[in-house]
Amino acid sequence: MSTLRPLPRWADILLLPIINLALAFIVSGIVVFSIGQNPLAALEAIVGGAFGNGYNFGYTLYYSTNFIFTGLAVAVAAHAGLFNIGGNGQAYIAGLGVILVALPMQFMPWWLTFPVAILAGAAVGGFWAFIPGWLQAKRGSHVVITTIMFNFIAAAIMVYMVVNVLKPDGVMAPESAMIAPEGRMPKLGAFIPWFKNTDVNFTLLLALACLVGVYILIWHTRFGYAMRALGHNPTASNYAGMSNSRIIMIVMTLSGALAGMVAVNQVVGVQYRLVLDYVADAGFVGIAVALMGRNHPVGILFAALLFGALYQGGNELQYVIPGLSKEMVVVIQALVILFTGAMEGMFRPGLQRMFGLFAPAPKPDAPPAVAAKES
Amino acid sequence: MTSNTPSGATSAQRPSGAADASEFAIELRKINKRFGPVHANRDIDLAIRRGSVHGIVGENGAGKSTLMSILYGFYTADSGEIRVNGTTHAITDSRHALALGIGMVHQHFMLVDNFTILENVILGAEDKALLGPSLERARKELVRLAKDYRLDVDPDAVIEDVSVGTQQRVEILKALYRGADVLILDEPTGVLTPAEADDLFRVLRELRDQGKTIILITHKLREIMAITDYVSVMRQGAIVETLKTSETNPEQLAELMVGRRVLLRVEKGPAHPGEVLLSVENLVVKDDLGVTRVKDVSFTVRAGEIVGIAGVAGNGQSELLESVSGMRDQSAGIVRLKGKPLSLEGDDGAHRARQAGLAHVPEDRQRMGLVTAFEEWENSILGYEDDKAYGKGILLDIDAARAQARERIKKFDIRPANERLKTANFSGGNQQKIVLAREMERNPDVLIVGQPTRGVDIGAIEFIHNQIIKMRDAGKAILLVSVELDEIRSLADRILVMFDGQIVGEADPATATERDLGLMMAGIGNKAAPQARVAAEGQRE
Amino acid sequence: MDLVIILSTLDATIRLSTPLLLACLAGLYSERAGVFDIGLEGKMLAAAFGAAAVAAVTNNVWLGLLAGVGVSLSTSALQGAAAITLKGNQLIAGVAINMLAAGLTTFLGIQWFAQGGRTPALTPDSRFGNMTLPFADELAGVPVLGQIYSELISGHNLLVYIAFLAVPITWFVLYRTRFGLRLRAVGENPKAVDTAGISVIALRYQAVLITGLLCGLAGAFFSIAQGSGFGNNMTAGKGFIALAALIFAKWKPVPAMFTCLLFGFLDALQIRLQNTDIFGVTVPVQAIQALPYILTVVLLAGFIGKAVGPKAGGVAYTKER
Repeated sequence: MSTLRPLPRWADILLLPIINLALAFIVSGIVVFSIGQNPLAALEAIVGGAFGNGYNFGYTLYYSTNFIFTGLAVAVAAHAGLFNIGGNGQAYIAGLGVILVALPMQFMPWWLTFPVAILAGAAVGGFWAFIPGWLQAKRGSHVVITTIMFNFIAAAIMVYMVVNVLKPDGVMAPESAMIAPEGRMPKLGAFIPWFKNTDVNFTLLLALACLVGVYILIWHTRFGYAMRALGHNPTASNYAGMSNSRIIMIVMTLSGALAGMVAVNQVVGVQYRLVLDYVADAGFVGIAVALMGRNHPVGILFAALLFGALYQGGNELQYVIPGLSKEMVVVIQALVILFTGAMEGMFRPGLQRMFGLFAPAPKPDAPPAVAAKES
Repeated sequence: MTSNTPSGATSAQRPSGAADASEFAIELRKINKRFGPVHANRDIDLAIRRGSVHGIVGENGAGKSTLMSILYGFYTADSGEIRVNGTTHAITDSRHALALGIGMVHQHFMLVDNFTILENVILGAEDKALLGPSLERARKELVRLAKDYRLDVDPDAVIEDVSVGTQQRVEILKALYRGADVLILDEPTGVLTPAEADDLFRVLRELRDQGKTIILITHKLREIMAITDYVSVMRQGAIVETLKTSETNPEQLAELMVGRRVLLRVEKGPAHPGEVLLSVENLVVKDDLGVTRVKDVSFTVRAGEIVGIAGVAGNGQSELLESVSGMRDQSAGIVRLKGKPLSLEGDDGAHRARQAGLAHVPEDRQRMGLVTAFEEWENSILGYEDDKAYGKGILLDIDAARAQARERIKKFDIRPANERLKTANFSGGNQQKIVLAREMERNPDVLIVGQPTRGVDIGAIEFIHNQIIKMRDAGKAILLVSVELDEIRSLADRILVMFDGQIVGEADPATATERDLGLMMAGIGNKAAPQARVAAEGQRE
Repeated sequence: MDLVIILSTLDATIRLSTPLLLACLAGLYSERAGVFDIGLEGKMLAAAFGAAAVAAVTNNVWLGLLAGVGVSLSTSALQGAAAITLKGNQLIAGVAINMLAAGLTTFLGIQWFAQGGRTPALTPDSRFGNMTLPFADELAGVPVLGQIYSELISGHNLLVYIAFLAVPITWFVLYRTRFGLRLRAVGENPKAVDTAGISVIALRYQAVLITGLLCGLAGAFFSIAQGSGFGNNMTAGKGFIALAALIFAKWKPVPAMFTCLLFGFLDALQIRLQNTDIFGVTVPVQAIQALPYILTVVLLAGFIGKAVGPKAGGVAYTKER
């Protein structure tokens, strides 16, 4: 095992994810085939449904917007060695912050509401992740377990708030009052007619800005350097004098704030009110996106586009091929997580061996790949 | 055996055929094992006489533990043959080795911390599916073993509550309970106090006298001379010599171990100590488990001198280093730098220590001093990433950091000269140079150095030693901690001896003998040891 | 409140605790062996679907149970392959399993039964009915004790009794058998187990398969015992409550039972308390729903005692050099 040399960078960040993705598609295809449907027709329906025209592509981008945020949330935490599995809860409860500023400001121009909504969503989402971060840093509670618990606590709070506090009298559906048209985020279709009246809105630009911001944060700031040091080797970061507990708390807060941006997209960009369960499972899709994208903003952009396309295409699928439901997409997504995240060991050694065959033999005086440890 | 092995002395130990095979409990023939590019064992031939204590000695990384792990079935050899009592066996796993009567006491104990001693003893050697009868039998057996070998333990004590010495007894009992005739001990005294080590040797002698075969792996020549009947010397994965202990001496063994006469005297002029730069006053430090490891320690280090702290590993040196450098909170005491108290509390204490002018080369570079997944240039700013030289505001100036890393690579002759290479791909010596370059080039007032040459090749050792002396001559205060007594003696201008968390004595390296220091390190007496016979030069601690 | 109301609340408690208890004990086996399992939810969901689907088609409850357990076991094997053999991230494997179960059950349900993801309603033959214990009817008239026996203890389905029987069995296996000793050891220090000549991999697979078996029973409870058919996402996060209970019980079987009963009681209480006032204050049901999670967080944070899991948990075993 230790005789195998690490993969070339391009194979690691490009080839391996593509192989895993292909495998996920093949397995899903087998499932589709086994129930008597044509997998290729299904794939065609998904691709057409996602990219076929401006309308479809608009929805693809709308889904991708959410997935960029949750993917970044997972990736930022992962760089510091933390697994934030609570993106769902953070994105969900951030909606409270967004609606609580959006409703009072609803008659102001959207470009005033927008930044305030961002701040509010970031603050509430960030706070919801800060607590698990604080518990991990100061009390040693495992952040994975705590964030799972916080997903459920968030769900309970949101039901209570929407039903008992935010629901206007006389309305039956569990949802808040509507935001007046002035306070709503413009849709991209208003500027680019090709998108028609689809849900993709200005928040997409925020998502792209977040991608750039996270790239700079991780690779071009001192704090990014510190969080990567912590993620790779907490003893070394302590030796270096970085405050590990402070980094954990800040990173979790940032991660939660990024997840909270989903609420901006949903509440002021699409639904114009607070409804129940609007996050769907975007937080969990973020895990797949971050894994696929190798925790790199560029990778995350493409992975989010891929999953956005799968979600939108999956929605169209059931209309094109009766009997095939959009849950097919959840299966593909689960397989991607399984293959790229948990079963990565399946292909890496084989690939390494393959590259080993074609690579020149190491020079005899080359430094050993494995530093000799104590015998 | 390798071609460069002197013949003759080993011929008596060579298995010469099936006829006298029963004379040997274990015979290894042409064993080879590689880990990637590292040839950990090459063409090993070794025969272990039944009823003897056979030492295997060699420097760290010589391949001793790998060889024994192969014998114990933990690894499989790439090629070669293992004979147990004259019969060839392909030992595939530990269970197989145990069945053949081979037991092993690992360097890091293989015990389940929250189990009782009894449960640990029977783990893997239970008789039936139900535990009750097995526990009964083991309890009786422990009483018998305790009587036979004077190995008393409380069967119902939980491992995490008992001393390290007792834990080692449990490991020996585990092997004996499984009916081991051959007992392999891997660096058994590294974690023991001198008294515990003495008791271990007594047990080993009793085991041998009752017919057991003992294989003792160590890098301490003193132990070889004290307890073994035969000794094999390993160097760079090969056995270079097997000797009768009574017919050799530490000088010869030391020479065989390192391959050439060791020149441990480092060229250095006299020290010109100036003002006190570092002063430690009444320091008390606890470890992660809350045990007090540094007990009321005070000392000073002046400009232009190297103060060496000698001691057996585990007597509080690590905690002392970690505390003074700000990595570990202190329970009491003050650390002053140029007279000013350092505030080291909190998990960013090391940051404040650095800013005050204290640099730290840590004991364990892979675990602490480096992020091995980082590129070289990234590690060259570790701990100094907030410095103005590496950017403005919150941003990191990568070009500046890389340019500086390239300069240091040249200056410290770090190879390969590529600042974009992952640090894990550098050899031990070059990794250490990366750390040294980073800490020394900051021009600190005080430099704290722990185990500067552990796992470093001979060529780099000289370079590192010279760098440390250069720092001293530049008027820096240097605190050096090493378990290699020779290193302390050749580098330090003053030696402090640490035992059981305290400074138990001070010595002048020019006049103190190895024996004086050894006694102090063992916590016995001080430098006044009248009839002390000078211990053999070159003997390594 | 009179005895009848108390008894019926406690009766509901037992019913609601049963799947929690089965899943919690399931998690106990794998986590005690050093394999973190946040995929309990997914395995239960998959089992619930498998059991209901087969019971509906064959009209046989036992074949349904077998199918449920079989589905759960194969899911466990998949998780084991990822987390044990391939040394993948155990947490990510769990997430994948949960998602896979959520997607596949709905997808196949819609495809096979065309009822929006539900399976057809089961006939009494194809689900576990409630059992009347001996003398339950005769003793019903005896005040208090007789009532407790006939109302509370008697009258549940088979899986309820299996769940509560599994507690002493688990205790015995864990603390009184060779397998249990090794299981506990491999979760604390797998290297000690390996050097003792026992296969870490085999032990962990055994543990994970037991987890699969118990999750299968828990899943079957939802669809062919308590319910009569499968509905979308019918386990509704119970796998995570079971995980919380496992932590709350500090990975020990008997405390696990009491924790599951407590969490089951809270569940029963929130159903009963819908729109009722206590002492003139309306307690939001959501507060009671969130209580198990809040309690677990508080415990994990060490504010009331300390929950420390098996030391080697979460890490695949690799022989190091």
